[in-house]
Amino acid sequence: MSASVSDKGLLSGRLFIDGDHACAEGAIAAGCRFAAGYPITPSTEIVERLALRFPLVGGTFIQMEDELAASITAIGAAWGGTKSLCVTSGPGFSLMMENLGYAAMTETPIVFVDVQRGGPSTGLPTLPAQADMMQVRWGSHGDFRVIALCPSSPQECFDMTIEAFRLAERYRTPVVLMMDEVVGHMTERVVIPPPEEISQEPRRITRRPPEDFRLFEPRDDLVPDMCPLGKGYNIHVTGLTHDERGYPVLNVASQDSLIRRLKDKLLCNAGDIVRWEARDLEDAEIAVLSYGITSRIAQRAVEMARAEGLCAGSFRLLTAWPFPEEAVRALAGKVKAIVVPELNLGQMVIEAERAAAGRCAVVSVDHAGGAVHSPEVILDAMRAAAGRR
Amino acid sequence: MASREIKIGGLGGQGVIMAGMIIGRAASLHDDKYATLIQAFGPEARGAACNAQVLIDDTPILYPYVRSPEFLVTLSQDAFRLFSPELRDGGVLLFDEDMVDPAGLRPGLRKFGVPATRFAESLGRKQVLNLIVVGFFTAITGLISEAAARKAVAETVPPSTLALNTRAFEMGLAHGRQLLSERGGF
Repeated sequence: MSASVSDKGLLSGRLFIDGDHACAEGAIAAGCRFAAGYPITPSTEIVERLALRFPLVGGTFIQMEDELAASITAIGAAWGGTKSLCVTSGPGFSLMMENLGYAAMTETPIVFVDVQRGGPSTGLPTLPAQADMMQVRWGSHGDFRVIALCPSSPQECFDMTIEAFRLAERYRTPVVLMMDEVVGHMTERVVIPPPEEISQEPRRITRRPPEDFRLFEPRDDLVPDMCPLGKGYNIHVTGLTHDERGYPVLNVASQDSLIRRLKDKLLCNAGDIVRWEARDLEDAEIAVLSYGITSRIAQRAVEMARAEGLCAGSFRLLTAWPFPEEAVRALAGKVKAIVVPELNLGQMVIEAERAAAGRCAVVSVDHAGGAVHSPEVILDAMRAAAGRR
Repeated sequence: MASREIKIGGLGGQGVIMAGMIIGRAASLHDDKYATLIQAFGPEARGAACNAQVLIDDTPILYPYVRSPEFLVTLSQDAFRLFSPELRDGGVLLFDEDMVDPAGLRPGLRKFGVPATRFAESLGRKQVLNLIVVGFFTAITGLISEAAARKAVAETVPPSTLALNTRAFEMGLAHGRQLLSERGGF
């Protein structure tokens, strides 16, 4: 057989599975042992697989009554000491917004998965979109920040779920895996390394005794440690603005220092968090900036452009948030135009435009969702941007 | 090289998706090629039109959908009616003779039929018709190797049904090979 299962129930080897299943296996490999969800297309296969696999590895999946309950339950489990996941798609993601902000405010290490489908509202349940990209950044109220990752294949659904848990634990923050329906439902080869080759990010547990410990006191990297539960540490966790002990302090100074630190915690560590992939950009006149399933279509368009002598290259966002601002600004200084295809009516293109700051043209190739772009449409936009029409 | 594009169409319950799964698994895990499977089906689980799209390539696949299939496998008249216009010039139709009348197929396209439903009934289990089709596909198209297909079958079907499914696979394979030899090759 191509794959094997260890005595601890861990899968490894070569599998032919879809992105949803790969995400579930990535969570298990990362050490996640709690998931909650309210099944919703096209993310259902993730929780189906977890419901089947978790009992074999000592994990728990709970189907909750709705997405508010699912997300707050997963947050509770994370505080209980278990790596936790909550899974949904557009309509459910809207319901999870309040708790996404709560997780950011309380610095809860947790992973959310949004398998994006056409919206708004119930929209296109079985068809793709990438239209929640600004929602994940701005959808909860207040000045919150999260990390968002964009896989473009089942293999990356596996790899990035592990990365999402690493980042969540390392930076005590919610991390959102922004999948899309195509990536979730397409089946491809996924190679899972042996369990001993997969590193599981441990929780940041304080070495201080209970009397010296403060739950929100940052270390040098601006991230506070957590404490074990049931070991004499008395802690207080609240969504209200709080001091380093976690107690509400509702004044300007406390708000300023907390909210600025939550922002800086991600921005100052961007070197470890933010990833992108550059291809064929050395001599490129036109760059295509894309992410998720669209990046594969964009790469096809880049190859077609090269075949007809148009020097094009690709800049693929692996991390959508924090946005790789400096890299995009540097790119904008080198190319004539950045073309941004995405399955929405123009979201990340706004960020690309902001980062480019007028150094080059930034062109949106929008799509309302329900299918992927034709490579020819992206190619046409590249030709036009290069003045070859 | 451009991807080889395969579309399998039929009704929910005929094992269309599993057939695509076996073909993709054989190519990507055992023939060491790249393969992508996309499944599309109606909200109804049984009896509704469904299709599987499989791409096979020697290099990583970028665009994951079948745009104009080189090989179309149809297991229902509806699937034939819906998908046969998509077949590219020079393309090949494979069909279940018991379910599909390929009248009206564009001239210039080759077609190969297999009595998959009758074969499956002769084995006592109508559900194995998709394995007959996979065997037939393996013989006619040569896109996946027999060894890879056999491994993929063993990894895909429920273990208790492996012997029966293997017999079904072999019936389809033998029928395909005989058809090819009668016609003097592909």
